[in-house]
Amino acid sequence: MRETNRRGILRDRFVLGVLRSSPFILFALLLLTFGLLSPRFLQPSTLLLILNQASYIGILAVGMTLVLLTAGIDLSVGSIMYLAATVAGLLLQRDLPIAAALAACLATGALYGAVNAFFITRFNVIPFVVTLATLIAGRGLGLAITRSEGLTLPNSLFTLSSLRPFGVPIAVYVFAGVVLLATLFLQLTPLGRHIYAIGNDPDAAEKAGLNRKRTIVAVYVVSGVCAALAAFVSISQLGIVNPSFGEGEELDAVAAAVLGGTSLFGGVGSVFPGTVLGTLLIQMVQSGLVFARVDIFIQPLVQALVILVAVLIDSARNGLLARLRRRTIRKTVSVPGGD
Amino acid sequence: MTASQIPLLEVEGLTKSFFGVRAVSEVGFGISAGRLLGVVGENGAGKSTLMNMLGGVVPPDAGTMVVSGRPYAPRRPKDAKEAGIAFIHQELNLFTNLSIAENLFIDAYPRLGGLPFIHRADLRRRAKRALGAIGLNVPVTTRVEALAPGERQLVEIAKAVNAEARLIIFDEPTTSLTHRETERLFTLLETLKGEGTAIIYISHILADVLRLADEVMVLRDGALVERGPRPTFDTRRLISLMVGRDLAQLYPPPAAPQDAAVEPVLETEGLTQPGTIQDISFRLHRGETLGVFGLMGSGRSELARILFGLDRYRTGRLTLRGQPVDHLTPQEAIARGVAFVTENRREEGLLMDASITENMSLVTLHEDARGSLGVIQQRDLEGRVACLGGELRLKAPDYAHPVRTLSGGNQQKVVLGKWLAAKPDVLIIDEPTRGIDVGAKYEVYNLVRELAARGTGVLFISSELEELIGMCDRLLVMQNGEIVGEFGSPFDREAILAAAFREAV
Repeated sequence: MRETNRRGILRDRFVLGVLRSSPFILFALLLLTFGLLSPRFLQPSTLLLILNQASYIGILAVGMTLVLLTAGIDLSVGSIMYLAATVAGLLLQRDLPIAAALAACLATGALYGAVNAFFITRFNVIPFVVTLATLIAGRGLGLAITRSEGLTLPNSLFTLSSLRPFGVPIAVYVFAGVVLLATLFLQLTPLGRHIYAIGNDPDAAEKAGLNRKRTIVAVYVVSGVCAALAAFVSISQLGIVNPSFGEGEELDAVAAAVLGGTSLFGGVGSVFPGTVLGTLLIQMVQSGLVFARVDIFIQPLVQALVILVAVLIDSARNGLLARLRRRTIRKTVSVPGGD
Repeated sequence: MTASQIPLLEVEGLTKSFFGVRAVSEVGFGISAGRLLGVVGENGAGKSTLMNMLGGVVPPDAGTMVVSGRPYAPRRPKDAKEAGIAFIHQELNLFTNLSIAENLFIDAYPRLGGLPFIHRADLRRRAKRALGAIGLNVPVTTRVEALAPGERQLVEIAKAVNAEARLIIFDEPTTSLTHRETERLFTLLETLKGEGTAIIYISHILADVLRLADEVMVLRDGALVERGPRPTFDTRRLISLMVGRDLAQLYPPPAAPQDAAVEPVLETEGLTQPGTIQDISFRLHRGETLGVFGLMGSGRSELARILFGLDRYRTGRLTLRGQPVDHLTPQEAIARGVAFVTENRREEGLLMDASITENMSLVTLHEDARGSLGVIQQRDLEGRVACLGGELRLKAPDYAHPVRTLSGGNQQKVVLGKWLAAKPDVLIIDEPTRGIDVGAKYEVYNLVRELAARGTGVLFISSELEELIGMCDRLLVMQNGEIVGEFGSPFDREAILAAAFREAV
């Protein structure tokens, strides 16, 4: 009888292990499925393409992860992308050097993030509402500047984006750099650890003497800068800034972070491997469906299904964890036979 | 002994008002190194406000504080920390998603040279030393969420010791600790005292205060009513000082003698859930108060959760009001007249940020919905809640205020009031008086008596034997998930304790 119980525990442990590594398993399964549907999908060039396309969403999602860790949300990142891209585009059209345009682009993102942070910390408005307002305002401001006309960018930018050191697109290096910096920041600096602490228990953080406002300001500014950098990477690939540029990207960023195991309630999550994996999952599904020639109108449904499965796995994992943590009172367990 | 004569902290005329109401009124006292000052008083007597002023959480309106001869006027918790005063709150201030080491140094991480990075190896080394100093033998990289309540408390103490606190304030430190963890804490307090740390110890458990304290201070209605060396106090005197009158009786008398022939409202037969409870059979009659005694971890709370449909059971039978049930859910339990007051009122019993009215009307909300549209009649509802509140002697300035703002005793009254409105046939109460003061306890007992008199069968779960003996008609003792004994009045304390403690596997 005792044997039965031990086997039960071992089985639970195994299931938990599987659920814990679910993003990896899901990733492998999808890779295999798409590979079987279309053998071309598994070629290194295809995978590099996916990585290249995922880069700007990944950069956006890294910023979003930081915000989500404090139990906040930044819905304005799509609009920040448009605004920052507009600033960069206008400067490039006036023949300013690329470095200057990039600096102005990032400064725009930082400034816009600071505006978000100002309303959140100064007036205690919840981030959802603040960034919803700045989402609308940012788009409006951008459209007012461009008169809703597209901006065509000079070729020099496109040349830059097609650089491939060691055969890998430059955007992938930028993405990797952002992930490295964010991981160092979160894991190894006091401010990074304070982000986790504040997301876990803001009251306790206040009592422990942590500077909550400063931390909140930091994450929204970083999110703004990430959005601006993502915009710059994206426009350098597209060569044009359309009036709809960046629209809806905030949802992809949130989805990528959450798929990678970041909690919307704060305090739980990681940039690497979490958000990186989430980003790749999303982009792989998008590209894989194209490769497998799935009906273009069915594609969103399949994407939704993948997200749903990932979230279901997450909830199953939490349920099992809670069950395993419940204390066992009786040391010897007998399992009745006639059950 | 001379060192202990120099006061470490001296307080004079400390006063604080909130919205024109005096919470603390001209309190003065002193404490020396290596001494333990016990502080007792009812909820709302001003203990928390007084300690919050010492800890820099709220600034005083008037009065002076002196630490080691120097004036002390903290404006933030950080100032208190720098002055060597640590405050261990009832709800621990730990981040459950971080490791022990990170929690210990959250506001002062060791840096890697001049870089903005954390020196991880140094962090681990220093954390290990800090845990060693208080005798907690757990890897410092363990996340706090994996620790038991007692271990978490030790981490909090390690934090205070590590910050070289000369005065540590404990606010109700034993509420969530097991017996063994409590003993461990008390030993540690003695060690700290021996090392010259001054301790302020706030608790509702008067026996603990009398056992630990060198000096005792009693607060009532924001004022200091008595202060003196421990030998001048006993439990009886403390209670009368706290309440301001003699409590002739700690427990209200039962309404009427029980009639054994009345119908059972709750009946179980061989209830078993592997791993938690085993072969639980008992009957609870209408109007009866049945006690369940057992040590922490004996399966009491697990049984309660199963009876309310929160957890499942594998085998056995459960009968409510004479009707057999299977697959009980909380909704069904409520529909069949079962009410449950959980042991964690903050997490499970209340919506802390919702108003008193909302909390009290939660269970009976459907009764206030009228007409074909089922619209809630707000006015009727508020009237009913006000009426209930009066019955409960609920002390609250406004029923629209969130429950969070109430004292522990008044919060518990809101929980009870919620179920009172539902007029239950079975009331399961798990540790209903934990962490609430003597006066509020008496009122909770009164409510239980009243419900029983109206015909409710009460299942009273507690780890305080005295309160069970005072309140119950019969007593079941649980151990290792089983019922190991049943006792009737007059109760034999020794036999009950022997049953509860018998061989701990």
